[in-house]
Amino acid sequence: MRRLTWERVVSVLLITPSAIAIAIFVYGFIGWTAYVSLTKWDQLLPDFTLVGLRNYQRLFANQRFRIDLRNTVVFTVLFLISCLVIGLILAILLDQRIRGEGFFRSVYLFPMSISFIVTGVVWRWLLNPGSAELGSTGINLLFDILGLGFLKTGWYTDPKIGIVAVVIAATWQMSGYTMALYLAGLRGIPDELREAARVDGASEWQILRHILLPLLKPITLSAVIILGHISLKIYDLVVAMTGPGIGFSCDVPAYFMWDTTFRGNHFSRGASIAIVLLVMVAVLIVPYLIYSTRTEAEL
Amino acid sequence: MTTPPEEPRSSERPKTRWQRILIYATLIFFALLYLMPVYVLLVTSMKSFAEVSLYKMWHPPSGVHFDSFIKAWFGSQEEGFRGLNVNFMNSVYLTVPATILSAMWGSINGYILSKWKFRGSDILFPLLLFGMFIPYQSILIPLVQTLQKINIFGIKLYGSIPGLILTHVIYGIPITTLIFRNYYANVPTELVEAARIDGANIFGVYRHVLFPLSLPGFVVVMIWQFTSIWNDFLFAVTVTSNPATQPITVGLNNLAGSYIVEWNVQMAGALIAALPTLLVYIFLGRFFMRGLMAGSLKG
Repeated sequence: MRRLTWERVVSVLLITPSAIAIAIFVYGFIGWTAYVSLTKWDQLLPDFTLVGLRNYQRLFANQRFRIDLRNTVVFTVLFLISCLVIGLILAILLDQRIRGEGFFRSVYLFPMSISFIVTGVVWRWLLNPGSAELGSTGINLLFDILGLGFLKTGWYTDPKIGIVAVVIAATWQMSGYTMALYLAGLRGIPDELREAARVDGASEWQILRHILLPLLKPITLSAVIILGHISLKIYDLVVAMTGPGIGFSCDVPAYFMWDTTFRGNHFSRGASIAIVLLVMVAVLIVPYLIYSTRTEAEL
Repeated sequence: MTTPPEEPRSSERPKTRWQRILIYATLIFFALLYLMPVYVLLVTSMKSFAEVSLYKMWHPPSGVHFDSFIKAWFGSQEEGFRGLNVNFMNSVYLTVPATILSAMWGSINGYILSKWKFRGSDILFPLLLFGMFIPYQSILIPLVQTLQKINIFGIKLYGSIPGLILTHVIYGIPITTLIFRNYYANVPTELVEAARIDGANIFGVYRHVLFPLSLPGFVVVMIWQFTSIWNDFLFAVTVTSNPATQPITVGLNNLAGSYIVEWNVQMAGALIAALPTLLVYIFLGRFFMRGLMAGSLKG
């Protein structure tokens, strides 16, 4: 019994450095950022005069920030839909006893292993529309070659499309992830369920619609949360691919935050953008965290 | 952590020839779509300067030329831009120690949180995990302020590789702890109890039971950390402002943002930046997948 006690102390001691590090570097720093967001610090030298919620009021009245929020919504919705649909289609097809399944899986997943910066640099050139005088470049040129010229657009140089071009690159990078999640899910569904349905005369489509898709719901939920929080935080890709774009058509809050804080020295404004971002992510993540650690404890 | 079972399902309704062809055609179409940027990346960086043209982007190169790689690696004094060689080595000096340190730290945390649960550890764990989802914008301002103040043995943390190592190790705690905790949770408690009957204490159990079984866990965690630290841009660009200490992602972004650098050199640079993680993915893809699944918590 005594030995147990010193070991308990040691076990807590071993975890303490991590607990302290996280307490300071995550929670303490968030608290400090929240504090900064309530101050007047608007230049290189700190000024901690409290001004209440003024920074937030100004932020939500700010034209650029409003565009950013709209871009985030558009980006998140399109990115989620395209990743989920493409991932699900690929997973269902790969689950049909495919020769070379491993090869296809690797091809769909490899973009996940590279940096958003690399992706951004490559897609910036691919989606460079070229010009009317000198001719098309990138994907537009490919459309010309394939006789699909009517699909040509200005991509990220067209303020109306702007952020959609970034969605294309992001989907290229992340859709393999939903494919992997769905494939693991499909493989986890017992074959007997499908068999029984087939015996009852269900078509493959009905099996998919009424058996597989409902059983894949938890996976869809995980994917929405993981991809959703990535898309709220998207930053590197925008930096490397487009920058804020014409009329901020490609701008996102994470970019605005870095720009205004570390280039413009508007620290309190940057801090308030960061806190808005954090709240958006927390709304998505916290229920999920509580849910997953709870259900885990029951197991 | 579930990975898709290697065995495809046993029973399947036989498909007509046309259905098979349609399935394979779709899979191949998507594979080409995913590989398209790689094609452009490869052919462009292998072209000689004479044959590089945006309007011939899709043409194959006349032969293999390494001019672009040499220029991207060494830079060009006449044109006045730096090569990526310094940045590449900075990334190596950053990624290797940070990966090893955070794997070891995560292993100890995972051991405690799976085999030495104490009162409050079920609350501590989700609090720890939250740290891996936060938008790092919400801690950047205090992080910079803190790193600027710390000066250990004459090593300034702000603007230096040691500062970045510290940052990555600390913000890597949640994910490394999560992966190791789930990994050790699968080690049967009987093994631990048997060792305790043989007189092993808290350290002995780790050294003689858990650690020898940890190799796959270490591989998963190290690949995960290697990939995310190598690919990180946000911390790198915030903490290091001097080109001589910047990692590869920042170097590449500077290279690509410069109007004097030809786009084939940018493509070669992108390939250089992507190569280490791509190689890891190609040779250790299975472990990469497992880290990916662990990232979605329940996995």
